[in-house]
This record gives sequence, C-alpha cells and structure tokens, in this order.
Amino acid sequence: MSAVFQVEKLQKSFGGLAVTQDVSITMQPGDRVALIGPNGAGKTTFVNLVTGHLKPDAGKVMLGGEDVTAQGPTRRVRQGLVRSFQVTRLFSEMTPEEHIAIAILQRTGRSGRVFGNFHAMPDVMKETDALLATLGLDHIATRKVSEIAYGQQRLLEIALALALKPKVLLLDEPAAGVPQSDTPRIEAALAGLPPDLAVLMIEHDMDLVFRFAKRVIVLAAGAIIFDGSPQDVTSDARVREAYLGNYANASPAA
Amino acid sequence: MAAIETSAAAKPETARPNWLLRDLTGLAIILIVAVIGYFLFPNNLALLTRILGIALLVLSLDLVTGYCGVATLGHAALFGAGAYASGIAAVHFGITDPIAMVGVGAIGGAVAGLLSGIVILRGHGLAQLVLSIAVIHLFHEAANKASSYTGGSDGLAGISPDPVFGLFGFDLWGRTAYGFGVALLVIVFILLRFLVRSPFGMLCRGIREDPIRVSAMGASVQGTLIKMYVISGAVAGVGGALNAISTQVVGLDSLSFTTSAEALVMLVLGGTGSLYGALIGTVTFMWFEDVVSAANPFHWLTIVGALLIAVVLFAPKGLYGTAASLLDRYRGRS
Ligand SMILES: Nc1ncnc2c1ncn2[C@@H]1O[C@H](COP(=O)(O)OP(=O)(O)OP(=O)(O)O)[C@@H](O)[C@H]1O
Ligand SMILES: [Mg+2]
Repeated sequence: MSAVFQVEKLQKSFGGLAVTQDVSITMQPGDRVALIGPNGAGKTTFVNLVTGHLKPDAGKVMLGGEDVTAQGPTRRVRQGLVRSFQVTRLFSEMTPEEHIAIAILQRTGRSGRVFGNFHAMPDVMKETDALLATLGLDHIATRKVSEIAYGQQRLLEIALALALKPKVLLLDEPAAGVPQSDTPRIEAALAGLPPDLAVLMIEHDMDLVFRFAKRVIVLAAGAIIFDGSPQDVTSDARVREAYLGNYANASPAA
Repeated sequence: MAAIETSAAAKPETARPNWLLRDLTGLAIILIVAVIGYFLFPNNLALLTRILGIALLVLSLDLVTGYCGVATLGHAALFGAGAYASGIAAVHFGITDPIAMVGVGAIGGAVAGLLSGIVILRGHGLAQLVLSIAVIHLFHEAANKASSYTGGSDGLAGISPDPVFGLFGFDLWGRTAYGFGVALLVIVFILLRFLVRSPFGMLCRGIREDPIRVSAMGASVQGTLIKMYVISGAVAGVGGALNAISTQVVGLDSLSFTTSAEALVMLVLGGTGSLYGALIGTVTFMWFEDVVSAANPFHWLTIVGALLIAVVLFAPKGLYGTAASLLDRYRGRS
C-alpha cells in the first residue's frame, strides 16, 4: 500500500530554538497514530508546518505521492489534509449549523454561490443534522457559538474537520477542555470514521491514546524519540526520561 | 424561559427567522419612507436622490467592511469610478439611455473594485488603511489628469440622459430621478439580501471573524475577498451612475477622500454588518447634515462630530445594531 501522507526531514527553528528537528513520518490509509510528548515538544508546530500554516526551514511534505511543500494551506485542505485546532477557532457570531454547512458547501464546491441558502439545500441540511447529532450538538445547532459551552465548542471543532471528509486528519488535542462525560462522544465519532482515513491525534490523555492508537509517536524537544506500538511506549527508556521532567510518570495522567 | 427550553428540541423559532417576512417588512418600510420623503420634501428631491446614491455607496462599503472586516478609507474610488464611467459613456460615447448608463457605471465600479481590492487586500490592519488612502488619492489624481475625458477639476458636464424606458424624461424637479433612484436602491437591496444569506455571504462573515479558520476549511480567503470587492464595486458604481444621471455632472469630489471617510462615518453611525444599518446611517447623517448646516453653517461639523462621538461611545453597534439588540433583549425577557 502506498503512503497517503509522508513527511521527510522537516526542520523548523524559532530564533535559536529548534522546535522541529529532522521529523519524518509516513502514514498509510487507515492508520491510527497518536502523537504524544511533553508540553512544548513541538507537536502543534508540526501540525502547523505540514498544513502550511507555517513555513518549514527544510524538509518535504507529500500528500498522496505529490509534493505539497510549496502549496498554501487551502490547497492542501482541498487535497484532503485537514486539521483541528488545539485552541478552538470558530466563528463566534455563527451557529454550529452554519459552521458545518459552510464546510460541506466548501467541500462540494458550492461555497462561492451568491444565491440560495443552505436551509433550502436538503443534502446539506441532512448531512449537517446527522453530523451534529453524532457529536451530540443537535440541540444547540441554532445557537450562536459564543453562547455555547467550551466543551461543546471543542466538539464542534471536531465536527468541522469531519465535515470536510479528509483523507488525512490531524487532530490537535481534540479532548482538551471537553468534560469527561463528553469524551465518549469524541471516541464514538473517531470510531465511526471511514476505515481508510489516516488519522493522527495529538493527545495527553493516555487512556484515550491507548484505546485509539495502533501506533504511537513520541516527540521530545522537537525530535522523534519513539515510533512504535502502544504496548512498548511506556516501557521505553528514552520516553520515560523525556517525560520525567514534566510528569511523575508516563502512565495514565493528563 | 420555560417556553424556550421546551421548544428547543423542535428548533427554536428565533434561530431560523422568517426571512421572507422580515425582508418584506424591511422593503415596505423603505418604500414608505421613500414616499413620505417625496411628499414631505417636494422641493428638495435633489437632496433625497443624492441620499439614495450615497446609500448605495454605504451599502457597498458595508459589504467589504461590515461583512468581510476590511478597513478602508478609499471606498469612494468605486463610487466615483461608476459616476465617471457612466458620465463619460454619455458625453463621449453617446450612451445616454439611463439603464445602459447604470450598467456602464456598475462595470466601471466593478473594475475599480477589482483594482483597489488587489492593492488594499495586500495589507492588514493599519497597512490596509494606509493603502486604501493611497488608492483614493491615486484615483483622484488620475481623474484630475485625464481631463480630456473627465473635465478635470471643472468636472464632467453635459450629461443628458434619455427618458427612462423612453417615457419618463428627467424633469427639472427631479421627480423622475428620484423615482429612478428609489427603484435602483430597492433592486440592489433585494439582490444584496440574497447575497448576504448565500453560501458566499456566509463565507465572508467567516473571514471577518477568523481568516485562518476559513483557510483551514479549504476556502480561499483572498479570492473570496476580491470577489466581494468586485461585487461591492458594482453596487457603488450603480450609486455613482445614479449621481451622474440625476445631477448631470460628475465632479472630482465623487472620488475624494472626504467622501470615502464620510461613507465610513455613515456606516459606523448606522451599524456595520447589516444592510439596514447602512441605510439608516446614511439617511440620518445626510438629513442631519442638511438640517444642521442650514441652521448653523459655522458649527455644523462640530455638532456632527459630537453626534458621532456619542454614538461610538454609547451605541457602539450603531443606531440599528443597538436598537436591534435592545429589541432582542426585550423579546428575550418577555
Ligand atoms: N510562532 C512561534 N514563535 C516562537 N516560538 C514558538 C512559536 N510557536 C511555538 N513556539 C515555541 O515552540 C515550542 C513548541 O511549541 P508547540 O506549540 O509546538 O508545542 P506543543 O508540543 O504543541 O505543546 P503543548 O502540549 O503545550 O500544546 C514552544 O517552546 C513554543 O514556545
Ligand atoms: Mg500544542
């Protein structure tokens, strides 16, 4: 099977601080990868680099075999590389329903239309309602985002990424800020993803990591120090060392 | 409150407003105000028609500033381009049918919108504002220099439009011009109501709030903004053409920084991001200007300044925006 997503020797420094050092990751369709690492390890920076929100100093990003390093974020999204944000980025004056509708209209090439309204487009409404229901947001579908709880905004952030029907999905701490009672909703949504979608999830909650991932990558000080199975990660000496400064142990903690 | 809770499952009616009813009400109010204006100021129809033209400029500004969040002090470039385009078409190319002149004005405005959009959208925040000021000065200077077409600082005179549909000649009292202006405003207003609710309109509102989120959804921020600038230019161009047709001259003031700044003041006064706010701001400002400058020709600017400060400090959402949120709160309580 050929790689759907390939990062080669990615480099990035801010001033003198090397935040991304020689990072290479390859993902196949259907992969479920967790990217973990202490605070400030460079996980979000990695996502910003591969999605085109930041320019790497060196290295290559390939999508479905095509080099996209020179492309802007928009074109990468259109080729199926979709991310969510660690700190929610939503339109506070709009409703969840409108958010999802914009995403669906964009995906289906209708976001430039200067007439009509999504309420009168049955396919958009049907998909919007279904997606919001999956994440338990249907009862607040028509509230302004500024008026809904932060946990609900986090769920909407995920719904928005799913509405774009990605080929490669990068989730930056999807469960951060979501009340414990709502994490099952996120897990259910993740479990319901198309099997051929490649997912990389950044997450501090190790329970979630172990339930979700078939492969774990550990980033510390900008470099990959572990890439392997979830069974081996907690016993790895370098991983333990990397986490010691930040956590008492690397086992279930958040 | 209990009623809201129980109806939440069945989609609260406040959330999906009955647009048709609201728009028809709005349209009816516009028409009623237009008719009242006609009977109240039969000797001042020229002023009312000028208000209609400027209202189109302020609506156009609202599209880029209110809906997309672009800061500009150069929007009269689009208005003036429309005025000159239709005036030049009439004087130099014999296109004197008023509807054709409006069409030419819209195209002229759209082209000016494209050009100034390309320049202004290169910058953000303060740089954007400075670029917009540069744009309006460049347009002004270009019109001044191209005097063989534009008449330079003397203005472009000798515009004599044909009767509308070959039936309604432009009379001395300005009745035809006023009726023509009201018709244009109503048509543009209806089209813009569709525009702001369309997928494209939603995308623009998204860009105003968070362009990075919009690009992360795969939509082109720059392309969308340029498109809105072209549409906005067409709207301002229609306003400019109306001005050229009704006054039968085009002056350099239609392309001025002052006109641009006043349009922004009117928009802020009425409330950004709502078409009704743009209309209310224009009418209030221009009516106020007329009354106050007649009553006190020396200090009217001071009074306008005081009014503006009062609005910005005490009603930051503008007259319409503040009234609308007060009404919402009142409804929420009852
Ligand atoms: N735009 C920037 N300019 C300068 N330094 C930056 C910038 N963005 C991130 N950094 C720095 O790079 C390092 C990595 O940050 P990053 O946000 O990628 O970490 P992270 O692994 O996502 O951490 P967390 O788990 O807290 O989200 C941090 O030291 C941070 O301060
Ligand atoms: Mg991070």
